[in-house]
Amino acid sequence: MSTTETSLREPPRVSGGEGDTGHLDELRTDPIALMTRVRAECGDVGEFVLADRPVVLISGADANEWFFRAPEEDLDQAEAYPFMTPIFGEGVVFDAPPERRREMLHNQALRDSFMRGHAATISAEVDRMVAEWDDEGEIDLLDWFSELTIYTSSACLIGKRFREELDGRFALLYHDLEKGTDAIAYVDPYAPIESFRRRDEARVGLVALVQAIMDRRAAAPPGDSAVGEENDKDLLDVLMSIKEPDGSDKFGADIVTGMFISMMFAGHHTTSGTASWTLIEMLRHPDEMAAVAAEIDALYADGSEVSYQALREIPRLEASLKEALRLHPPLILLLRVAMSDLEIGGFRIAKGKMVGASPAVSNRIAEAFPHAESFVPERYLDPRNEDLANPWNWIPFGAGRHRCVGAAFAMMQLKAIFSVLLQDWTFALAQAPDTYVNDHSKMVVQLEQPCRVRYRRRPEAAARSGAAPIDAPDPEGAATKEARM
Amino acid sequence: MNISVDRDLCQGHGVCESEAPGVFTVGDDRQVVVLDESPTDDQRPAVQAAVKYCPTHALTLTD
Repeated sequence: MSTTETSLREPPRVSGGEGDTGHLDELRTDPIALMTRVRAECGDVGEFVLADRPVVLISGADANEWFFRAPEEDLDQAEAYPFMTPIFGEGVVFDAPPERRREMLHNQALRDSFMRGHAATISAEVDRMVAEWDDEGEIDLLDWFSELTIYTSSACLIGKRFREELDGRFALLYHDLEKGTDAIAYVDPYAPIESFRRRDEARVGLVALVQAIMDRRAAAPPGDSAVGEENDKDLLDVLMSIKEPDGSDKFGADIVTGMFISMMFAGHHTTSGTASWTLIEMLRHPDEMAAVAAEIDALYADGSEVSYQALREIPRLEASLKEALRLHPPLILLLRVAMSDLEIGGFRIAKGKMVGASPAVSNRIAEAFPHAESFVPERYLDPRNEDLANPWNWIPFGAGRHRCVGAAFAMMQLKAIFSVLLQDWTFALAQAPDTYVNDHSKMVVQLEQPCRVRYRRRPEAAARSGAAPIDAPDPEGAATKEARM
Repeated sequence: MNISVDRDLCQGHGVCESEAPGVFTVGDDRQVVVLDESPTDDQRPAVQAAVKYCPTHALTLTD
């Protein structure tokens, strides 16, 4: 809402941040402590300083509702994330504005009617990754789930044909992009620091991988027997088929890579991190793990398909996923820019200031979530339903008009992943429980390595796969899937 | 049974359409259209599922 009132107060400023760059250094080292202090000292509306820009940080149900309902004309997303520009690619100008691209992504890949196919795809991707496991061993959660979610998101959002052309190299380069999100970007997105240098090298590397894929396809267009005709054309085929009036290609590898990076970005580190934290929290709470494992066993005892069940209710698993999301939200700070002078709760927000809402802060407000610091999945079971009861404070996916458009896809994906994993494997922490922590030095929050867990094949699973006939291996992983059933 | 939609919240996922096809549809403009404002009681379970599974909690059901 715009305002002409003169009686409005300026938002109080949080302590600290005396240096030249305000609270930038604290945001780069302990952002959650900074944001929690804003709420403790200032209440629902407070302010910190990022380089030379004030950021009004709001929290609590009323202020969050205002924030999430605000139209684009009041609070704009476009300029709020300068650290993303070098990742998507400078000069990569899409033909469509962000809202239209979102809509396209939504209509093409995220509609409810596509979900069943995606669930089958995801389940097959997990099967393929665990097919490389021994009967017991150890994985690094960040490495493993990051690679898995590169395959699932590329297969679901771009197409299976493209996914078949990827390997672990793509995941490693993608990870360097995600690590290139230092908040120093608010001063200079191209500052001469190591993580930005690696970010830029990684993007060049990704473009080279995509270029090689495009070259192979150009040499053997779809329909040629060399490519395998059973797979439909994917998004890359479509993009490659669009020509300029003079007959040249409309989209080169650089632009295509930028498009794919941006499509995959929102669903990658977020899902990977949530899968990791759910597993960690369930292993920290063995009773919960036992309850979820029993739920999964009962659900699939009749041999039903993951592609069916992952779209239905799995209450205990969902409760653990939601609680991991509440305690460890993948995005800790959602930002906008005030497009005019605005007012919230008696405070003036001057045009041009940044405005932020923090899932990390609001998700832990004790008035909304009893024992807010503890992992309590029961809070989502009937009749408590604390996520539904607190729609403006339970905000791991944001809320309102900009709520994560992939939330339903993400929950389905996570249910599919754990359905496959828990049917055949048990897990154990390979480190002391309190050594699993997030690395907050970048805007994209990821687990700090090492973050290792042990896995062991369940005896029932070994018996199942030993008893089932296994045909010749096939690239879709169908043989391993059948062996599970 | 009465259905209301919070237009600020609807993102047009189409979950409601899958749950209760005769009651909801989602067009290419990504907004839900309520085909039947006051559905019959035998549609209640499907409508309740649509309200419950709406990813953005945009639907409410009043008696």
